[in-house]
Amino acid sequence: MITRFANPARFESLAKTLLPVLAAMATVLLAFGLVDALLLSPPDYQQSDAVRIMYIHVPSAWMAMFLYACCGGAALTFIVWKHTLAELFLRAALPVGACATAICLVTGMLWGQPMWGTWWVWDARLTSVLVLMFLYVAIIALTGAFDRPEHGSIAAAWLTLIGLVNLPVIKYSVEWWNTLHQPSSLTSLNRMANPALSGEMLRPLLIMGLGLTCYLLVVVIVRMRAEIIARRLNASRVQA
Amino acid sequence: MNAGDILGMNGYALYVWGAYGLGFVVYVGVLVHALVRYDRLKKRQSAK
Repeated sequence: MITRFANPARFESLAKTLLPVLAAMATVLLAFGLVDALLLSPPDYQQSDAVRIMYIHVPSAWMAMFLYACCGGAALTFIVWKHTLAELFLRAALPVGACATAICLVTGMLWGQPMWGTWWVWDARLTSVLVLMFLYVAIIALTGAFDRPEHGSIAAAWLTLIGLVNLPVIKYSVEWWNTLHQPSSLTSLNRMANPALSGEMLRPLLIMGLGLTCYLLVVVIVRMRAEIIARRLNASRVQA
Repeated sequence: MNAGDILGMNGYALYVWGAYGLGFVVYVGVLVHALVRYDRLKKRQSAK
């Protein structure tokens, strides 16, 4: 199964099928999600309209962690099986994950200022997400730090694997430590059955989450295709 | 909700529209960057 998709040509044909579907899903979901988030969903009785920041902040946080977890899987696949596509995925997804983390941090600050009265506190959740941002930046820097790109990829893959330890820290930081950041409203089974959010607020959150997932997958696939062409051009230049 | 309420966001306009504006710029920016790079490389590949 893993070696089946090691061939970039097979990935190209799969990408050609997936891209229009994901792009259409992203367009519809984000269009409806934005209207729902900004216009249709009600203001919170305590946070008022500032609650609408959650509909971009939380999906960005999900994507920051999801993409890092995917990068972790790709890094392991690359180190163990020398899978070319895993390496390409790693290089393509890291900057996208860094953007999602940056948006998560900045929108969190824009929510924190009116709600908490401060842009930033050094609590466990905020600090561990900042560490994730530093990890992304460090790994991206590492990919370009060597004369031979494959050496950069190997070093980046190892650092990605080491950084995976930060994901459970982010997830459980609000339970392990006494934080200003509120606990998860959705992601435990108990919470899924009885969510702390009303349906009118849960709906835009889930739609925006799904829409952003499709959108960023489109970006990653386009970046992977560009990377494949760049590799081919580089190979033909070396041969010449 | 009328247009004034939507733009004003009950006094949180700067924060709400700032968050969405920044998200829009960054997320559209990464897509445009990816598409432009892909297009540029594809053209260079076709020229060879």
